[in-house]
Amino acid sequence: MLRAFGLGAILFIFWLLLSGHYTPMLIGFGLGSSVLVVYLATRMDVVDHEGLPLQLGGRFWVYFPWLMKEIFIANVKVARIILSPKLPISPVVTHFRASQESDLGKAIYANSITLTPGTITTGIQGQDLEIHALTLKDIDGREEDEMDLRVRWVERGSKRDR
Amino acid sequence: MIDPVLDALSWISILGGVFFMIVGAVGVVRMPDVYTRLHAAGMTDTMGAGLLLLGMCFQAGPTLVLVRLILVYAFLLFTSPIGTHALASAALSGGVEPYRVPVEDAGRADSLRGGENS
Repeated sequence: MLRAFGLGAILFIFWLLLSGHYTPMLIGFGLGSSVLVVYLATRMDVVDHEGLPLQLGGRFWVYFPWLMKEIFIANVKVARIILSPKLPISPVVTHFRASQESDLGKAIYANSITLTPGTITTGIQGQDLEIHALTLKDIDGREEDEMDLRVRWVERGSKRDR
Repeated sequence: MIDPVLDALSWISILGGVFFMIVGAVGVVRMPDVYTRLHAAGMTDTMGAGLLLLGMCFQAGPTLVLVRLILVYAFLLFTSPIGTHALASAALSGGVEPYRVPVEDAGRADSLRGGENS
């Protein structure tokens, strides 16, 4: 119930930000469509810890800047590979272990891996992520293990027992 | 009007975005197969579009447009890895063999990660 109200509030704020026209009629439309979407989402049973992960709280916003930093570093690496005349790639398919328990945590980890250029998550089965990497160096494990730990922290709020 | 410092920052960001866009496009042409091309295409989604939007943010200043630009990037970050993943896994299940460099150290991935190298 609380989540439904949260979703409604977020949708309405979203409407206000995108609209920019604040006449009673348009605000009324915004309210109406927010309520309609909340109603439909409730009927579809998607307003849960995955559809609206409020339980992550602010932890995601601690993780996010680090992810952006990693994305930047990886981008520079891949740009260098592309611009180098020899094209020094050594593509490889490998497997990582995800330590996240929830599907949401695994999805965040898998998508973070895909977002950093040089590694793509091609499949996931249980705790096993299938990764396509552009070079062997990309999978030496240091960044990915740290990312795994950090996503686990986002998911659970603690770094204990991997 | 717009602050010269902000204008300079904006130009640097936009030129950086253009650089990553072009490099990504060059990468798509140079890479040997669909998976490696996805790596190059991923650059245009993250850094290319990101720096372009950052540059536009500096131009927009503290207005509603700024919020919308940030939202555009947020949605891009949520959707682009899903598209990349869908494409890669479709190619895999369609039986497209990943390109491998025919070299002597093909087994090095195993020793590096300790995982099976299928």
